[in-house]
Amino acid sequence: MQVVFEQIINGLTIGSFYALIALGYSMVYGVLKLINFAHGDFFTLGSYLGYTLLVFGSAFITTHFGLWGGMVAAMLMAAMCLAFIGVLVERVAYRPIYPAGRLPAVVSALGASIVLQNAIMVIWGPRYQAYPAKLIPNIHLNIWGINITVLQVVILVLSFVLMGILYYIIQKTVFGAAIRATALDKDTASLMGINFNKVIFFIFTLGPALGAMTGVMVGMYYRQISFTMGWNYGLKAFTATILGGIGNLPGAMFGGLILGVLEMLGAAYISSAWKDVFVFMILILVLIFRPNGLFGEKIAEKV
Amino acid sequence: MEREKTGFFGSQQGLLFAIVGIFVIYPFFVSNYYIDVAFFFGIYALLGLSLNIVLGEVGLFDLGHAGFYAIGAYTTAILNTKLGIPILVLLPVSAISAGIFAYIVCSPIIHLRGDYLCIVTIGMGEIVRLALINNPFDLTGGPNGVYDIDFPSFGGPFVIDSSIEYYFLIWIIVVLSIIGLIRLQNSRIGRAWNCIREDQIAAGASGIDVRYYKLLAFVIGAALAGVAGNIYASKLMAVSPESFSFWESCMLFCIVLIGGMGSIPGILIGAAFISLFPEIFRPFAMYRMLIFGLVMILMMMFRPGGVWPRKRGGTEYVSLLSRIRKKDA
Repeated sequence: MQVVFEQIINGLTIGSFYALIALGYSMVYGVLKLINFAHGDFFTLGSYLGYTLLVFGSAFITTHFGLWGGMVAAMLMAAMCLAFIGVLVERVAYRPIYPAGRLPAVVSALGASIVLQNAIMVIWGPRYQAYPAKLIPNIHLNIWGINITVLQVVILVLSFVLMGILYYIIQKTVFGAAIRATALDKDTASLMGINFNKVIFFIFTLGPALGAMTGVMVGMYYRQISFTMGWNYGLKAFTATILGGIGNLPGAMFGGLILGVLEMLGAAYISSAWKDVFVFMILILVLIFRPNGLFGEKIAEKV
Repeated sequence: MEREKTGFFGSQQGLLFAIVGIFVIYPFFVSNYYIDVAFFFGIYALLGLSLNIVLGEVGLFDLGHAGFYAIGAYTTAILNTKLGIPILVLLPVSAISAGIFAYIVCSPIIHLRGDYLCIVTIGMGEIVRLALINNPFDLTGGPNGVYDIDFPSFGGPFVIDSSIEYYFLIWIIVVLSIIGLIRLQNSRIGRAWNCIREDQIAAGASGIDVRYYKLLAFVIGAALAGVAGNIYASKLMAVSPESFSFWESCMLFCIVLIGGMGSIPGILIGAAFISLFPEIFRPFAMYRMLIFGLVMILMMMFRPGGVWPRKRGGTEYVSLLSRIRKKDA
């Protein structure tokens, strides 16, 4: 029984990574109807920036911040940088292409993804990079026979706090209302005085910032990062977005968590080599029976 | 109203003959390396044409097309190495197996729309790749793949085993496919596909069996990708799962969109871009993919419809529909 709980907790940890990345996808998709392929690479870039800060600031962090402070500092710095880069990428690669429609924007997003990925490779080199081990808290907990690390608990709590903050922003603030209104109907929202460009600015700061924080957490958790990892996480997060119902933010969070747990249980009880097959099978089955995702609303066909 | 001229074959015969002439004499003047580059251009052209049926003609987002390509390549590889069936016999077999696979996989998901279909095809492609890596029934050789695949042979001394012969094999198949696809574009099936792309509900209301025609597009597209897989497997003499990754599907997607959806000359240009660009920019080494990505963005900025977009208004109905659309927008 302990193994099940351990696997579920591991699954939730990975799932919260997927969920945080998925939120970025979902926000962009909701407003622009664009699959932002570059989002996975925002995540990778965040991870590398956090790595750089920890490596260069390691002496300063150990004396002034302590381990947890260092982690939070790395996350915040990565988030700020990525908020800037996100807006930059949007200005350069997406904004000139909106008028042409959705499909050219997908190609442009793929192009942006290739550029970011290769820029990371050029800057940090093609090999794996390891997060400095002495800066990663390594304390094990044993609660009722369940073995977990403190880092895992912190990651889980942080992710849920971040998701909670985002949920609050989207559901309760004026900004959030503007985003939701724009996602529903861009033209009418503009007529109501919502500045479309501000909404885009907002989602392209928030999404990449969340992705970057996730990147640092992933680096801490797995200790190893590579310039291509965004591709894999991006794919999983996109799967989570669809699983939850695309454009639906709580759906994306739950989709990510469900995906992570399924993946871990699949790895433990079916086969670790076939776990991704299992995940995609579930996705396909869900979509066959619920074509709009688990939490998606049925959209009437327009004639 | 005038019937659409296909452009490529209709009005520019001189240019066409010049291009064909260049293609025929090209391999006699360059080294084997450049012939191989042109061979892979041909493979990508064939794959682009196959995806174009699904994405360009019917407008279905298929980001898992490498899966069909993989099925074709592995069918050839496994049947050739285990049972010794000649490659050329396996050419139609690969096409049929990829087509049947597409039929089985796509039947339950064909009702999905837009991005939901897109993610399911991604999932399908990934499942194929992961299954190949995991070596089911000891058939696919795991991450190493299958090797020692034969050369295509017409019997006796007529064996295709040099770069130049492969070059002609692939380009003859590409030309035959182009002729077939142009015939398809102007047929009842092609018109039905274009109607579905422009407005699925209107197409259904006009009596087009939307489900049937969508499946047909997937099956034909997959079969053509299977043919490409067959030739690819025999050329490399080995297949391995990493050749059929999600990345490959994305590149095929880009071929169609960079060239111009539904436009056959456009697809050839897109395939040339994807296959030749990394070769031309080889001196830039690490920066080459960086430049590649930037060029992709720039292309979409300046030619969002593709380099050689298809002329709109294939049939009276579709052009009427697009005119109504324009008025609405």
